[in-house]
Amino acid sequence: MTDKRFVLLHPSDNVLVCCARVTAGESVVLEGKSVTLHTEINVGHKVARVDIAKGARIIKYGAPIGSATDDIAFSRHVHLHNMKSDYIPSHTRESKQGEER
Amino acid sequence: MKGYLRADGRKGIRNVLLVTYLVECAHHVARTIVTRADSDSIQLIGFPGCYPNDYSLKIMEQLCTHPNVGGVVIVSLGCEGFNRERLSKTVSESGRPVSTFVIQESGGTRQTVEAGLQAVGEIQREIANAPMVDMGVEELVVGTICGGSDGTSGISANPAVGSCFDMLVDRGAACIFEETGELIGCEQIMADRAVTPELGREIIEAVQKAENYYRVMGYGSFAPGNAEGGLTTLEEKSMGAYAKSGASQIHGMIKPGDIPPRGGLYLMDVVPDGDPLFGFPNIVDSAEIVEMIASGAHIILFTTGRGSVVGSAISPVIKVCANPETYRKMADDMDINAGKVIEGRAAVASVGEEIYQLVCNVAGGEKTKSEALGHQEFVLTYKQFEPIGPACLPRR
Repeated sequence: MTDKRFVLLHPSDNVLVCCARVTAGESVVLEGKSVTLHTEINVGHKVARVDIAKGARIIKYGAPIGSATDDIAFSRHVHLHNMKSDYIPSHTRESKQGEER
Repeated sequence: MKGYLRADGRKGIRNVLLVTYLVECAHHVARTIVTRADSDSIQLIGFPGCYPNDYSLKIMEQLCTHPNVGGVVIVSLGCEGFNRERLSKTVSESGRPVSTFVIQESGGTRQTVEAGLQAVGEIQREIANAPMVDMGVEELVVGTICGGSDGTSGISANPAVGSCFDMLVDRGAACIFEETGELIGCEQIMADRAVTPELGREIIEAVQKAENYYRVMGYGSFAPGNAEGGLTTLEEKSMGAYAKSGASQIHGMIKPGDIPPRGGLYLMDVVPDGDPLFGFPNIVDSAEIVEMIASGAHIILFTTGRGSVVGSAISPVIKVCANPETYRKMADDMDINAGKVIEGRAAVASVGEEIYQLVCNVAGGEKTKSEALGHQEFVLTYKQFEPIGPACLPRR
């Protein structure tokens, strides 16, 4: 069972997508396990559905969307700080991924 | 549904009079004519550069003979490289009224504005009598684009547009999805949907070309707002964008300005051929919208998560909002609330049907939100393309 604020898009995915904002410190049930979220998770953002090892592919929609740049524990936010593109680096207003911030 | 029958046999859903400038130096004069004419159906387009370019000439020819366009006023400074004679001849041969004004020969700004306004009035009276005839869904060309995508786009608005595309293709319409640079990572699954293996190979090569082009430019087609909205990588954005194409077979691949030869689903390859030149393939969403309109799109389905407000000259833009929070903040700009899917209040297929019904209503004359708000964005820049290969349009 998973909190209805998180959606699984494909059975082979290792991330869940947030459909309604959840604040840091809130307890939620993900995959039948009760966890306390470390950070705020906004709509459209991803959390780890399982423990993901550094270098492993991140799977969403049943397809690889990049690789983990760090070990990512179950329930943690999955984003620019711990994963990267396998094609072309992403960029924010401050920097490109992987460059000095 | 009724359409405006043009002399060349094509049918439009709007009756637009275009005022077009052929170099930035003629922009102010053209804009002043449009501003003073003060009518939603008198619209401004143009090209800023002074050097000639085959691509921009082709796009301009296709726009000025678009089925939604009834007549054209061309404004040239006089010394620019754009082939105004050829543009005027193409419009004229399509049976549309056209008047050309050359500022250097017309006595400058004031006289050209006055002469242009007079021509606009005459053409407007002439095209007001354009015959209205029956038009079916199978005669529509519909394009789709996403802009300001976030983590909700690929779950709600994009698959809902895909569902609408399936309905349109089933009924014989031509549907276009595009931006191969935002389909990086989806090349193999797209190839598997192609009607022939040869078309599949062409699709894979087009995506590889896009990847190389963006790599040379130093950035992928990924904006900071995408990351703020939860998207982390280009291939993640691609998977979400890809959902707009629905589940039909891919019937062909076209380049900007190519008209789909018949109904079906088409991928548009918008990334220039040859060595990277002239900068980014599409500098902003509006450039892609212009290219789909140049390929005959009567209507554009624009999905957005972060919230875009743009519309377009020539063809109405329907905004499908993916994110329920964005919808609440920007409801005045959004035609469809696909955020209901995120909130668990509607299924993707039912939003798809809602979009399909709105496509029919807008084709029948109903104004979209962006049309009513006066959005008529337009961008056209330099590019270079080789003609599409024979494997890209398999005979059926």
